[in-house]
Amino acid sequence: MSIPREHYLQAVFPTPFHARTAAANTLNVWHRWRDYTVADAYFDVALEYTALRNACTVFDLSPMTKHRITGPDALAFMNRLVTRDVAKLKPGRVGYAVWCDDAGQVVDDGTIFHLRDHVYRLCSQERQLDWLLGSALGFDVSIVEETHDVAALALQGPTSCAVLKRLGLAEIETLAPFGMRSYGFEACELLVSRTGFTGDLGYELWIDPEQATRLWDRLFDVGQVVGLKPMGTLALEMSRIEAGFIQAGVDFLPADRAIRAERTRSPFELDLEWLVDFGKGPFTGRRALLEEKARGSRHRLVKLDVEGNKPAKDAFIYDRRRRNVGVVTSAMWSPAAKANIALASVQMPFGAPGDELWAEIYYQKELKWSRFMARCTVVEGAFFNPARRRAQPAADF
Amino acid sequence: MTRYDVIVVGAGHNGLTTAAFLAKAGLKVLVLERNPWIGGAAVSRELHPGWIYSNCSYVCSLLRPEIYRGLDLARHGLQIAPYGGGLTFTRDGDFIGGYVDKDVRRREYARHHERDADAYLRYSRDTMRQCRFIRSLLMRTPPDPVSFRPRDLREMLYLGREFAKLGESTMADTLRFYSMSIADYLAEYFESDIVKAHHAGSGIIGTALGVQSPGTAYVLLHHYMGDVDGQVGSWGFARGGMGAVSKAIAGALVANGGEVRADAPVARILVRDGAACGVALGNGDEYYADRIVSSVDPKRTFLGLLDPHDLPADIVRKAREFKSRGSSGKLNIALDGLPSFPALGRGHPLVAGDMHFLDTLERFERAYDDWKAGTWSKDPYLDLLIPSLTDPTMAPPGKHFMSVFVQYVPHQIEGRAWTDADRAAFRETVFDQIARYSPDFRRLVLHAEVRTPQELDSEVGLTEGNIFQGELTFDQLFFNRPFPGYAQYRGPLRGLWMCGSATHPGGGVMAAPGANAAREILRDLRRPGTVPEGWSDD
Repeated sequence: MSIPREHYLQAVFPTPFHARTAAANTLNVWHRWRDYTVADAYFDVALEYTALRNACTVFDLSPMTKHRITGPDALAFMNRLVTRDVAKLKPGRVGYAVWCDDAGQVVDDGTIFHLRDHVYRLCSQERQLDWLLGSALGFDVSIVEETHDVAALALQGPTSCAVLKRLGLAEIETLAPFGMRSYGFEACELLVSRTGFTGDLGYELWIDPEQATRLWDRLFDVGQVVGLKPMGTLALEMSRIEAGFIQAGVDFLPADRAIRAERTRSPFELDLEWLVDFGKGPFTGRRALLEEKARGSRHRLVKLDVEGNKPAKDAFIYDRRRRNVGVVTSAMWSPAAKANIALASVQMPFGAPGDELWAEIYYQKELKWSRFMARCTVVEGAFFNPARRRAQPAADF
Repeated sequence: MTRYDVIVVGAGHNGLTTAAFLAKAGLKVLVLERNPWIGGAAVSRELHPGWIYSNCSYVCSLLRPEIYRGLDLARHGLQIAPYGGGLTFTRDGDFIGGYVDKDVRRREYARHHERDADAYLRYSRDTMRQCRFIRSLLMRTPPDPVSFRPRDLREMLYLGREFAKLGESTMADTLRFYSMSIADYLAEYFESDIVKAHHAGSGIIGTALGVQSPGTAYVLLHHYMGDVDGQVGSWGFARGGMGAVSKAIAGALVANGGEVRADAPVARILVRDGAACGVALGNGDEYYADRIVSSVDPKRTFLGLLDPHDLPADIVRKAREFKSRGSSGKLNIALDGLPSFPALGRGHPLVAGDMHFLDTLERFERAYDDWKAGTWSKDPYLDLLIPSLTDPTMAPPGKHFMSVFVQYVPHQIEGRAWTDADRAAFRETVFDQIARYSPDFRRLVLHAEVRTPQELDSEVGLTEGNIFQGELTFDQLFFNRPFPGYAQYRGPLRGLWMCGSATHPGGGVMAAPGANAAREILRDLRRPGTVPEGWSDD
C-alpha cells in the first residue's frame, strides 16, 4: 500500500464498511482499533448481544491484522512458527493457533486459513510483520501484510446460516465448523469461513474492500426478516468471554511487547496445551515448552463460576487462607449461561478443577462502593457452548 | 566573617540542588557563582531584545520528578511543556516523522519501510527494558565494587537484584548493550537508512564519539530514560527557557534560608590540615565552611581551584586524564517569523518538534570524521527546535526563537583557538544546512548567537566544552564517575565534596547528581535526610 505523505491529517481510518456502520451507529460511539475506528455499539449493547444469541448480527472485523504467507516453504514456515501441526490443516480449513518466542512465551494467538496449497492467511490481534519476517530466515516464503486489502464481516448467531442461504450461497449449511468456501458475489470472490469469536453458530465473510458496502447492503436486504442487526465491540466482548476465548493484551501480554520479565504466559499457562504438538518437529519455543512440561508451569488460566451476581472485573484472587494467588483478567454476568463468570490467571498449584478460590470484588451502587468476597469454583469448558455451533448441517435457527 | 555549614562552588542546577536540599535540612548554605547570572548551563538569557534564549541546554526530560516534587519546584514557578515528536528530513525532499500518535508513527515508518515500522515496537520494548534498569539507579549513590563496607555490599546486592529482575534474556542483552555502538544496536532492529538515521542522533549528542563507536548505545539510553509526567522518553520545554529550572531551584534554596551570590568567582578552595575549609574569591574575599562542595568539573576542581600540593598525586593524574572533550556547539537564533519547510507543507505539527537533517549513518560518521580532523562537521548533525511555537514567553508574538544544537564541533580548530572568522564560517555551515530545507530561513534571521565548546568552557565553565561535564563513556559512568573510588560524591580531602554532572548519574539537567551529593553529605552529618528516594517503576 502506498501511503501519502499527508497521512497524518487523518490519524484514524474509516473501515471499508464505514459508510454503513456510521449510518447504523445511532449512538455515535466509536473507538480505535489500530488504524481504524469501529463502533462500540450501534443502538443498545444488551439488545445487540441479544440479537447475536437469538437471531444474528454482523460485526465489522476489517481492522483485524492479516498476513499472507505464500511460497514453497509456506507449510514448513508455518510449522516452525506455531505450536500446532499445520500439516494437519488441509486446504480449505481454518485452525486456531498460538505462536511463541524461544522462551516458550505466547507472542500472539490467531487463526490460520489454509487458502490453497502453499498459501496461508494468518489473522492475529497484534501486528506481526517483524516477527514473521524474523522467523522466516532460510525459508522460501513471501510474507505480506494484507490488513488493508481485505474487508471482513463476522456474521454470527443462530440465524446466520439462514441469512447466507437467503443470500444465495449454495449448500452453505454443509460447510463444517472451521471450514471455508469461496463464492461468487457480484463478480468478485466472497470467502466464507465457519469461524468466529462468539462461541455461536457463525461465519466470517472476507471480501474485496471495494465490495464491502455492497455486501453489507445485500446482507441486510435478505437478513432483516431473520433478525439481522449490527453489533459493536462491547457485545462482542460479552460473547467471547462466554465462549471462554482469550484476548491478547487482556488475558495475556504478548511476549514481544513485554518490558517486564515474568509478565508473559506460555500456552500451558493459558489453558492451550491442546495446541502444542511436540511430535511435529521443531518449532519456536519447543525446547522451553518441553522444559516447562517437565518442570511444571508457574501460572494457569482458569474459568471461574463466581458466587453472586457482581461482576468480578479486575478482582484479586485469593486461596482459602486469603493469600493473593492471582487476578481476574475478564469477567461478566453471562446472560446466556445465567452465571457470574470470569477468566483468571492464578499461580500454580492453585486453581485445579473443583478448587475453591475467592475473588475480592468492588462494586458500586449509586456512588456507594462495597466490597464483597465471592467464592469461586473452577469450571472446565466454555461457559456457553450451544449445540448449534457444531451442528452439521447448520440449522436455520 | 560569616561561617557557613556548607559552601557550594557554582550555581548551576546541580550546585543549586545540593544547596537547596542541604538548606532544607536546616544547614547554613552559601552558593557562589562566578557569572553575573546563575544557572550554569541551564539559563535563559535575553541576548536579543525581546527574545529569551535557552542558550545552553534547551530541552528537559531527565530532570528527576522526585527532585521536582521534593524541592516544590512547581510552586517556585517551574512548568514543563512536552513538545510533540520530531522528524528527519531526507535529501530527496521528503522526511520521516516521529509522530506522537503510535499508529500514525507506525504508518509513517511504513511509508519508508514496512518492516521497520513493525520493528520499531521491538526496538522501543528493548530500549525501555534498559531504561527501567538504569532509572532504578539514578537517585542512588553508586556502590564501590571493590569495597567490603556493609553499605557497598548492600548496594551491590541491590544492583544485583535489579539486574536479576530483568530476566535472563534481557540480562544478556544488557551486557552487550553497554559496549555497543548505536549503529550496531539500530542494525539489530532496522533495515532502512532513514529509520536508523532518525534514531541515531540520540546516541551521539554531546559525545565525542561516532555512531560506529562502541559505547554510543548507552548515550541513546541517556536521552531516552527521562520522562515528562510519566511519559518515558518524552521531552519538553521549561516554560520561560531552561533558566526557569535553575531559577526554581534557587527559589527553593532561598525559601529554605540559603544564599546565592552571583558575580562571585571562586579562585581557590582553601585547605588547612588536609581538610577543605573555605574558599577565596578572585577579589581576595574569603568564606569559611566545614564542607566545600564543588559543582564544577574535576579538571577545574582539582587542577584549578585546588593546589596539587594539597592533593594525592593519583587524583591530580586522574583529573588530568578525565575525558571531557567538547564536541557540540549551538546557534541561538532570533527569527522575524516562522520559517517554512516545503517538505512538510504548511501547518505541519512536527515543526514544533525536534528537526534533524542527516538521513544516513554514513553522513553521521563523516560528520565525526571532521571533528577528529580538528574542525566542525561540514555536514553536521543538527537538533533544531523552535521553542516559541510551544512556549509563548520566548519571543514576541509572531516572532520565533530557534535553538540549533550542532554536533560535531571541536574545542579548538586544528589545535588553535577559535577566531571570529571561524565562528562566522561555522555559522554559515549551519545556516546552509537549514536553508537547504527552508528557503526563507536566512531572510528571517534577526540575530544569531554562535556557541562553540570554547565559549562553553570560558563562559559556562565546562572544561573543553563537554556539555555533560565529562563524557558518558562506560569508563566514566556509575561507580567510575568521575573516578573509580570517588563515585560517592566525597572528594579526596576531608570536607571536600563533588556534586556536578561529572558525578553519577551524569549530565542532561537531571539534578540527580546534586540531590545524591546532598543525601551523602547529610548522611555524613548524621542528619535526617531531605532528599527523596527514587520512585519505583514497578
